[in-house]
Amino acid sequence: MNELDIDVNQLIEDICDQIKRTRAFAQSPKMIGIRTGGEWVATKIHNQLELEDELGVIDISFYRDDFSKIGLNPTVKPSSIPWEIDDQHIILVDDVLYTGRTTRAALNEIFDFGRPASVTLVSLLDRKGCRELPFQADITGMQIECSQKIKVSGPEPLKVTIETSEASS
Amino acid sequence: MSGRLVARNIQLNELGKLEHFLTLEGLKAHHLTEILDTAESFINPQTNEIRKLPLLRGKSIMNLFFEPSTRTRTTFEIAEKRLSADIESLDIQTSATKKGESLLDTLWNLQAMQADMFVIRHAESGAAHFFAKHVAPHVHVMNAGDGQHAHPTQAMLDMYTIRKHKGDIFDLKVAIVGDVLHSRVVRSQIQALSILEAREIRVIGPKTLMPSDPAAMGVHVYHNIEEGLEGVDVIIMVRLQNERMKSALIPSEKEFFKLYGLTEERLALAKPDAIVMHPGPINRGVEIDSAVADGSQSVILEQVTYGIAVRMAVMAILISNAAQLAQHKAEQESQLQIEGLDSEQDETEKMEDEK
Repeated sequence: MNELDIDVNQLIEDICDQIKRTRAFAQSPKMIGIRTGGEWVATKIHNQLELEDELGVIDISFYRDDFSKIGLNPTVKPSSIPWEIDDQHIILVDDVLYTGRTTRAALNEIFDFGRPASVTLVSLLDRKGCRELPFQADITGMQIECSQKIKVSGPEPLKVTIETSEASS
Repeated sequence: MSGRLVARNIQLNELGKLEHFLTLEGLKAHHLTEILDTAESFINPQTNEIRKLPLLRGKSIMNLFFEPSTRTRTTFEIAEKRLSADIESLDIQTSATKKGESLLDTLWNLQAMQADMFVIRHAESGAAHFFAKHVAPHVHVMNAGDGQHAHPTQAMLDMYTIRKHKGDIFDLKVAIVGDVLHSRVVRSQIQALSILEAREIRVIGPKTLMPSDPAAMGVHVYHNIEEGLEGVDVIIMVRLQNERMKSALIPSEKEFFKLYGLTEERLALAKPDAIVMHPGPINRGVEIDSAVADGSQSVILEQVTYGIAVRMAVMAILISNAAQLAQHKAEQESQLQIEGLDSEQDETEKMEDEK
């Protein structure tokens, strides 16, 4: 097994460039990070883009589809969206897009707050090939194989480590 | 003591987590803190709003009120709806039990209607416990007040309110004023405060309304309200339990107010930032002066709001614990199966050796 450190700052910069080219960016978008990893990534993007409105954070624990199987997450904290969702262009940020279930839960929660004009999905990493629900990121920093293991740690320094097998390194 | 009616730990599952919520007796600080933390996660910190969540979708909850209640019943119903449960509220004073049906028959019938949880208010101490003992294994029971025994969700919402305003409870001096003897609310409050290690718990009232053995409850008794309120952080006023007072234990309501009613002058003896609480319904001019009930130190209406979040928290925790227990058992079972396979293999190997 080899460990590969990813240059997160470069990924964030790429993502910011891509966000600037979106239609939503011209319409004073508001940003939401998904706790915990997504919040770390969103904080960096939010700072770099110098967005006016405070960053929103959602905790999707109460919206998971496996509550009846695994129960409550003991570390759940309240979601904090300090502005109205209605008619806003939302940039939703997560650290890793994997099965798509987190995205589903996040969208449900956002729609419980209101009806956004649009939602743009940003993911620092995209584990392709293991989606269980039909969600794709609009903007992603890097695609990796489903079989590769990832570790995201943060908030400072925000670090992504990918485990690669000997053969592929 | 009616507390003995509740056998130890019937409300805890094999993993030591809450399965029913009947009393605070025998619970640990972590059980209580989990409830308070979960309740907090239901409240939007900016707006104090409690949001609707999909946690108990598909679960059926029945509220069984054998004794009248407005606030408790309504906040339970709101809590259930905010968790997206399907709910049914039965006013049992006017139903089958009047026609002679036994409590156990009532329970079995309601269970046959596919309930996942019962919320019970009953005039008899131990009623919720009785239900918990007889329900099917997947059904949860919550005590919404039984006789003079316990009212644990009320005590927990009081702890939530205190923590919200004062932070950690272990540093605080808390005074409870009024009818301590007849009140299930006070009994539960004292248990909660003891478990969370409040620095000092004082009970204030006439001898006739005080428990016979206060030391066993870990409280200090004051018959003089002025002395009792000196330097406290929290004042909890309790309603005179008229309907539970079989004999005249106080001369008159007017006399009670004169001796023990909370007035602005008396409030001034507590710490300047002390909060005033009351589980309701309040009797203005009997135990509390309107100026205090409506004053800036009163948090009485906040208690009602927090009651929703705290009841949501307990319900979510009961259902969540059941899910975790099932998961745990499934894991153990698959572990056993693997071990079973291993030993079978061993046996085969051994047999080959013998050959």
